[in-house]
Amino acid sequence: MGIKGHLNDTVHVTNLEWFVNWARKSSMWPLGFGLACCALEMIAAFVSRYDLARFGMEVARPSPRHADLMIVSGTASKKMLPAILRIYEQMAEPRWVIAMGACACTGGIYKNYAVVQGIDRHLPVDVYIPGCPPRPEALLDGILQLHTKVMKEQSISNPRITNIKVASR
Amino acid sequence: MNQEEIKEKLLSEFGTDIIQDSVDFRDQISVTVSKEKILDVCRYLKEDPELSFNFLSFVAAVDRLPKTPRFEVVYQVHSLKHNHRFRVKALLDETAEMSASIDSVVPMWPTADWHERETAEMFGITFNNHPDPRKLLLPDGWTVHPLRKDFSLYGTEEDTPDLPA
Amino acid sequence: MSEQVSPKENFSSELLELNLGPHHPSTHGVFRAIVELDGEMVVNVVPHLGYLHRGYEKTCENKHYHQVIPLSERCDYMGASSNSLVYCLTMETLLDVEVPERAQVVRVMMAELSRIFSHLFWLGTHGHDVGAMTPLFYMLREREEIMNLFELTAGGRLMPNYLRIGGLIQDLEEGFVERLRSFTEHFDRRVDEYETLLTKNAIYMDRTKGIGILPLEDAIAMGASGPMIRGSGLAWDIRKREPYSGYEQYDFDVPVETGCDVYARYLVRVAEMRQSNRILRQTLDRLPEGPIRAQKPGVIFPPQEDIYTKMESLIHHFMLVVEGLKPPVGEVYQCIESPRGELGCYIISDGGPRPYRLKWRAPAFVNLESLARMSKGYFFADLIAILSSVDIVLAEVDR
Repeated sequence: MGIKGHLNDTVHVTNLEWFVNWARKSSMWPLGFGLACCALEMIAAFVSRYDLARFGMEVARPSPRHADLMIVSGTASKKMLPAILRIYEQMAEPRWVIAMGACACTGGIYKNYAVVQGIDRHLPVDVYIPGCPPRPEALLDGILQLHTKVMKEQSISNPRITNIKVASR
Repeated sequence: MNQEEIKEKLLSEFGTDIIQDSVDFRDQISVTVSKEKILDVCRYLKEDPELSFNFLSFVAAVDRLPKTPRFEVVYQVHSLKHNHRFRVKALLDETAEMSASIDSVVPMWPTADWHERETAEMFGITFNNHPDPRKLLLPDGWTVHPLRKDFSLYGTEEDTPDLPA
Repeated sequence: MSEQVSPKENFSSELLELNLGPHHPSTHGVFRAIVELDGEMVVNVVPHLGYLHRGYEKTCENKHYHQVIPLSERCDYMGASSNSLVYCLTMETLLDVEVPERAQVVRVMMAELSRIFSHLFWLGTHGHDVGAMTPLFYMLREREEIMNLFELTAGGRLMPNYLRIGGLIQDLEEGFVERLRSFTEHFDRRVDEYETLLTKNAIYMDRTKGIGILPLEDAIAMGASGPMIRGSGLAWDIRKREPYSGYEQYDFDVPVETGCDVYARYLVRVAEMRQSNRILRQTLDRLPEGPIRAQKPGVIFPPQEDIYTKMESLIHHFMLVVEGLKPPVGEVYQCIESPRGELGCYIISDGGPRPYRLKWRAPAFVNLESLARMSKGYFFADLIAILSSVDIVLAEVDR
């Protein structure tokens, strides 16, 4: 029916917002931001057994200027926090944050003077992945949930604002 | 040499006003020495051919609040040649005017550099003649000493803020 | 232009202070250093630590003795079982408890698997830093096999949390021994594969031979231990000189190299992987039947079957979990040979259920002190190779 039928189903008709979201979620480049133990499971998710590359995330950029997704994997200590915020500021929009592991979600087992009790106190987190460390399958599940979230975004009609308080020196 | 012999050797060299106390627990002896003579004791431990403790495992401190003297600095040494270990301690106290202080053992064992820096910032102990007395692990703006017994584990918003002010 | 201009007369130069920031692909975690460069030559390296300081020692003072075990495993997340091993050994010395034979053999299995686990990751990331990207993917394949084995013990891939004070939490699952046997059978060939890629590789040898020299006297003075000091010529291995957990019964060599450079440390670690495999084969032959935890009511957890059937065991278990164990007053220092060097734990007990003071002697922290000495006068690219040869784990450095 309609134009699709006339062209023998060789075209896909959709709206621009769907298309932009689909393009964003299919080629989201993660920032390699391994802080502590969760970084090892993140690396394990990148290699051949769990293979993050099939979700379009093959290119893990060390530079925030090239990255879309910041996977905060590991404990955010208070000394490291200004650096984390600075790096987040340097990422270009659209940008997303995954808090991987118990320490990034809530401070984890380190409820003390030296650890930020959850980076969601300072960063807008999209997906929380609990675990200590979470299995690579859990990370994949979290990333797929993020993809679902991205597909539902109103990226053109109502784009998200992801500014944070300017990080002090 | 076993632990008893090492202790006897130290006692015969320095006497009981310097080697003040010793504790023997599970075949490990630790002697308490007077803090003024710590460098001499360490030099003897390192240079005497029968002891030759040339490897320093760690330097740590203990807060004994409310006992006085308040702090105890612990030196764990090891002899690579003779394969024996020993523990030496010194007691220090702090006053209202001055922080607790002891001579740095970096001239004997250069590895003590970072151990003493960490101990200094965690407890507020000053190591005299330390080559580089800067903070090591804590953020630069902090003035508190976390490993003291009267410091709460959770810190406070003023002393240990998430972001520097 | 007939005159030769001498650079020193007309040039003024200054040192470049470069920040090797906490976020960097080659720093193995959140390590920061201020590097003073004269062109490409390193003049000084000043490490700034503390970006992963998690208040470990203070947290341990607020936990019961059994609750410290999972906390300790996260200190050196590369070889997690070595950490719980040294802590459990220290507590067993403090409590004067003897661990049964089966538990000792399984502990040696876990310790050696952790050693291989850690050295494999080191090999991959070290190769990656120097420019050889291939070994990383191959060694991750081996690590997945070892993680399968860890999962069979107590469920955790990275931090199995398998050791307890007095022994182990539970016996080995079915299938563990067969899997470990097949692992030991093919692992040597895999190490041969890695060696084919790197050991005689001209580029790798150029990048690492003669780089980062740490003479033996400096190594001893700076407190270096483990492969750092064995690469500088001293055959010091705590497993041989101060054996623990039954290591005196196993037959293995201590690899030593006299090169004092990055290449020597590489050879030492690769040889250590082979020796660990040798120890693993011996543990498989030696594994006896028997209990996996010592019996000391009120101090060590009673066996699981007894908790369900005997009233006293149930009460002991309950009191241990709720109130914690109360060791005698005293202090103990115990150290083991972790993949990085002398890992030590110093505990002062005041008779209460929580450690009065727990000092963690982290080998990566002390080995990192020699970085400045080793890197002066080399190129900046060599600094990255030297840093990776120290094999730091930031969680251990910063605690």
